[in-house]
Amino acid sequence: MSEKKHRVSRRQFLTYTLTGVGGFMAAGMLSPMVRMALDPALEASGGSDFISVGIGEDELTGEPQRVDFNVEIVDAWHTSEQSQSAWIYKEGDEIVALSPTCTHLGCTVNWDANEDYPGNYFCPCHGGRFEKDGTNIAGTPPTRPLDIYDVEVRDGMVYLGQTNER
Amino acid sequence: MLQKVYDWVDERLDITPLWRDIADHEVPEHVNPAHHFSAFVYCFGGLTFFVVVIQILSGMFLTMYYVPDIINAYESVYYLQNDVTHGMIVRGMHHWGASLVIVMMFLHTLRVFFTGSYKKPRELNWVVGVLLFFVLLGLGFTGYLLPWDMKAYFATVVGLEIAESAPVIGGFAKTLLAGGEIIGAQTLTRFFAIHVFFLPGALLGLLGAHFFMIRKQGISGPL
Repeated sequence: MSEKKHRVSRRQFLTYTLTGVGGFMAAGMLSPMVRMALDPALEASGGSDFISVGIGEDELTGEPQRVDFNVEIVDAWHTSEQSQSAWIYKEGDEIVALSPTCTHLGCTVNWDANEDYPGNYFCPCHGGRFEKDGTNIAGTPPTRPLDIYDVEVRDGMVYLGQTNER
Repeated sequence: MLQKVYDWVDERLDITPLWRDIADHEVPEHVNPAHHFSAFVYCFGGLTFFVVVIQILSGMFLTMYYVPDIINAYESVYYLQNDVTHGMIVRGMHHWGASLVIVMMFLHTLRVFFTGSYKKPRELNWVVGVLLFFVLLGLGFTGYLLPWDMKAYFATVVGLEIAESAPVIGGFAKTLLAGGEIIGAQTLTRFFAIHVFFLPGALLGLLGAHFFMIRKQGISGPL
């Protein structure tokens, strides 16, 4: 279409202008509202702090022991304390802290709790089992290993961070 | 593309007469600012409606974060104001818009009054307009309490005492509005329900009647 042929009628010009201005105003009105509604989805998830679990590095052995600790959960304007646990042991020099949440359906696993399966983490819900290092045992319901905590040692005390999938 | 979608729908549902009937009507010369600039006074009604639309939209988005509860109301408003991106803007729109609605409505009322547009046959539309005025004042009054800060609380205490001073029904009216003897938990939920459901419902109904009567009777003639 050549430039000359493209005659814009008065009606067309007004339609374009009004639609443009109207659209601009609507966008100016709606964009802050939509951005506000999208905020939870766009917010970057902050890495959690390390929390002392009240156990010294030298108290750890090769045998997993259960530690309970409280985590502060900030849920928008509501802050609450949530109790969390970890199975923690020493493998040589390395400290391993495993989440007790079964990777099958979220029940809580226990170390060495079933006499038929010594040296396993056992989940009472559907009989899911894990090795000492958290690896899921084939033939039981879980499909991936137990989540593992970030571990830090400060002044001889053990601190745990967030859990990571393996 | 858009034209094709429109044509496809129009061919089947014949929607053109529908919107033509609503949107396509002549604006008389004496209310068109392009002819007489002073005719801008005829825009105040439309502007009131425009701000009302902003209030409804911004209010809908604010309820995503607001909780009408005496423990959490202030905290949730603080959170949406300071921690949510653009929350300050949206709350600002609702806050300032509330005053702007009243200002625009007042100017619109002045225009209707001084052009004599309330006279026969438009008396009923004036009555509906006055009802709209009360509904918007009610929205302002109930919305003022919702942030649940000192200003909100004591403004409502004063407002309810004014209601109480009414003869005969005063005490009853105050208890009914406050949802009990204490201005507290039940007052807040009550005001929230009135602000978000009851009055907006009434507002939309009355606006429908207001606009229907304008289209039925046409715009009043020149001075």
